[in-house]
Amino acid sequence: MRILIRGGRVIDPAAGLDDLLDLFIEDGKIVRIDKNTGGGRREAGGADTKEPRTGKEAKASRNAESALGVDRVMDATGLVICPGLIDMHVHLRQPGREDKETIASGTMAAARGGFTAVCCMPNTDPVNDTRSVAKFILDTAKREGAVQVYPVGAITKGLKGEELAEIGELFEAGCVAISDDGRPVMNAELMRRAMEYATMFDLPTIQHSEDLHLSGKGVVHEGLVSTELGLRGIPSVSEAVLVARDLLLAESTGARLHIAHVSAAESVRLIREAKARGVRVSCEVTPHHLTLTEDAVRDFDANAKMNPPLRSEADRQALIEGLQDGTIDVIATDHAPHTVQEKEREFDLAPNGVIGLETALAVILTTLVAPGILSLPQAIAKLTSEPARILKLSKERIAEGADADLTIFDLHREWIVDPTTFASKSRNTPFAGRRLTGATVATLVGGKVVWEA
Amino acid sequence: MGLARKDLLGMQELTSDEIRLILDTAESMKEVARRDIKKVPTLRGKTVINLFYEPSTRTRTSFEIAGKWLSADVINISTSASSVTKGESLKDTGLTLQAMYPDIVVIRHPAPGAAVFLATRLAASIINAGDGAHQHPSQALLDLFTIREKIGRLEGMKVAIVGDIAHSRVARSNIQGMQRMGMEVRVAGPRTMLPRFIERLGVEVFTNLERAVAEVDVIMMLRLQTERQQAGLFPSLREYSRLFGLTAERLKAAKPDVLIMHPGPINRGIEIAPDVADGPYSLILNQVENGLAVRMALLYLCAGGGQTSA
Repeated sequence: MRILIRGGRVIDPAAGLDDLLDLFIEDGKIVRIDKNTGGGRREAGGADTKEPRTGKEAKASRNAESALGVDRVMDATGLVICPGLIDMHVHLRQPGREDKETIASGTMAAARGGFTAVCCMPNTDPVNDTRSVAKFILDTAKREGAVQVYPVGAITKGLKGEELAEIGELFEAGCVAISDDGRPVMNAELMRRAMEYATMFDLPTIQHSEDLHLSGKGVVHEGLVSTELGLRGIPSVSEAVLVARDLLLAESTGARLHIAHVSAAESVRLIREAKARGVRVSCEVTPHHLTLTEDAVRDFDANAKMNPPLRSEADRQALIEGLQDGTIDVIATDHAPHTVQEKEREFDLAPNGVIGLETALAVILTTLVAPGILSLPQAIAKLTSEPARILKLSKERIAEGADADLTIFDLHREWIVDPTTFASKSRNTPFAGRRLTGATVATLVGGKVVWEA
Repeated sequence: MGLARKDLLGMQELTSDEIRLILDTAESMKEVARRDIKKVPTLRGKTVINLFYEPSTRTRTSFEIAGKWLSADVINISTSASSVTKGESLKDTGLTLQAMYPDIVVIRHPAPGAAVFLATRLAASIINAGDGAHQHPSQALLDLFTIREKIGRLEGMKVAIVGDIAHSRVARSNIQGMQRMGMEVRVAGPRTMLPRFIERLGVEVFTNLERAVAEVDVIMMLRLQTERQQAGLFPSLREYSRLFGLTAERLKAAKPDVLIMHPGPINRGIEIAPDVADGPYSLILNQVENGLAVRMALLYLCAGGGQTSA
């Protein structure tokens, strides 16, 4: 299959690319990148408009296409093309909770959201703590997945925090990182050993940073809203205390530490300081922590219940600053599907987590890029080259010879979030009913259009 | 004039006019309570369901008697808290009840927001009889009623609420209701039981009992949950009592005619000394009696009483 994507604004932050280009794709690879001459004109501010071509130009172009033997031409005039987005933190729920999500439905949700690769966390049932589970995930993904799936293996057997999982075997099976996500490794000695052990494979250790004693039975951020509503609070130091501990462990072991879903201002400060002194640490933030605060739980809607909880406006501002100054490397969704009946409960009893694959890009474009908090290339880097760098995936480049994993999106298309239309099996989004600007138009994985609006 | 809302979920939603309406209505209900024959036909043909997920003799009985005196058919459903996690969901329970066409559902539940949850799903009026540490509006209203009855007004009065503020729905409801009625509120307790940011609710915060009770017109003591000791919130009952128990000796720091309140049930000798609880300025039994009148008023108003048809 030969595809020509014509006239789009191609942005690849890793390659320093931001231009109107034509991409020729053959056998799953980008084979040629040409300067677009088709009449797309860049406006100030980055918007593109289509100008009428002369008949002569159009004919010349058609001739060129047919000379190349192109099977399909995708007109990307006015659209942005970037390397396929990578979500390094999702929960696909298979094996074990296929009623919430499967590898097929979760990867289709990813494709709809513009992601061409996802990393799935190991808190499945059974836990991904052995080669056989990792292999099951990879085999199923190969058979049924719409996008690339990279499993994250467990740090400890059964995520129990007691004994190391067979990390070497997980690495050999194809796991790109280790994590007990959903739970922290509370035992500092065990965490130290996990980090030391992982250095043999140069695997990042991803920590869900939370001191379980400080969190107690908390269900929301400890702040003004918890005080008013009488909901038990999780203090922000619950996260920061473990971040501080693990930064010291990373410093002493030389291991690569990645801190998942950072939510607290204190954590950002600690990570910034650690990075400045050369600790090998990276971290991620979710779109919902960047855009929502504790106020979202005021009506006891469990679709705003997650761990770490939505925090204060001051925390949110600190996350944005961290993103801007590079302290926070990655935006990841922590896509956590739950059934409607599980979420439609008393707030205390509903499970933690929200889905995010199908809203992430639009939420980022609407709330970070449009107001100028991040430039478009900066935002794209947080979703492409940065996760690829941390996980050592060679998936981020738009270059001749590279895999044609591409996301095409419209910066200006407006839509209202309607979870009933999602490809995900679950509906637990805090953004339902929100008007967003920016939408995925097409997602290509290995040169194949896996989703198209 | 009636209530402008279907449900009574918390004090934050009530205007000062609505609070006054409830208290005034309760006054006329109190007259019924003192009759020989207490039954009036006001809610004849109406069905009230008391749905209690937590044991509560006084609040449940109070709502039950209030309903019966108004001639409503009152049904009590008690469900142990353990069944919340393993049994039928609150949504399904609510929908099942809805199918039986109750007019009012009074709910007590350990989870904050449970009353809000039902209110958005049921056509019946929902009265929150306590949801976790969130709200207990009928208690706050009966407390306001009792203070107004005793002093004659609410505006300008100063109150100290003492004890475990963090876990107290009574404290939260009272802070909002009292402030709405122009009262000044102080809170006092061990630092571990004062929620962070509590001062942002507009209250003065004390960790010393003597200082907290000086100059106030009313002292409201809260019940201490002894299991908080295991949770590490205070070292021992002995120390709690020594620092925060209201004794005759400590009362010397207060105004001589200060009123003493407690939502009950009392831990005698822990948060309040027996002679203070039974003393001349204690309003504890008045609170119980007034609870009936206030709950009659709430049932009446939630069933549409006071609405004038055009």
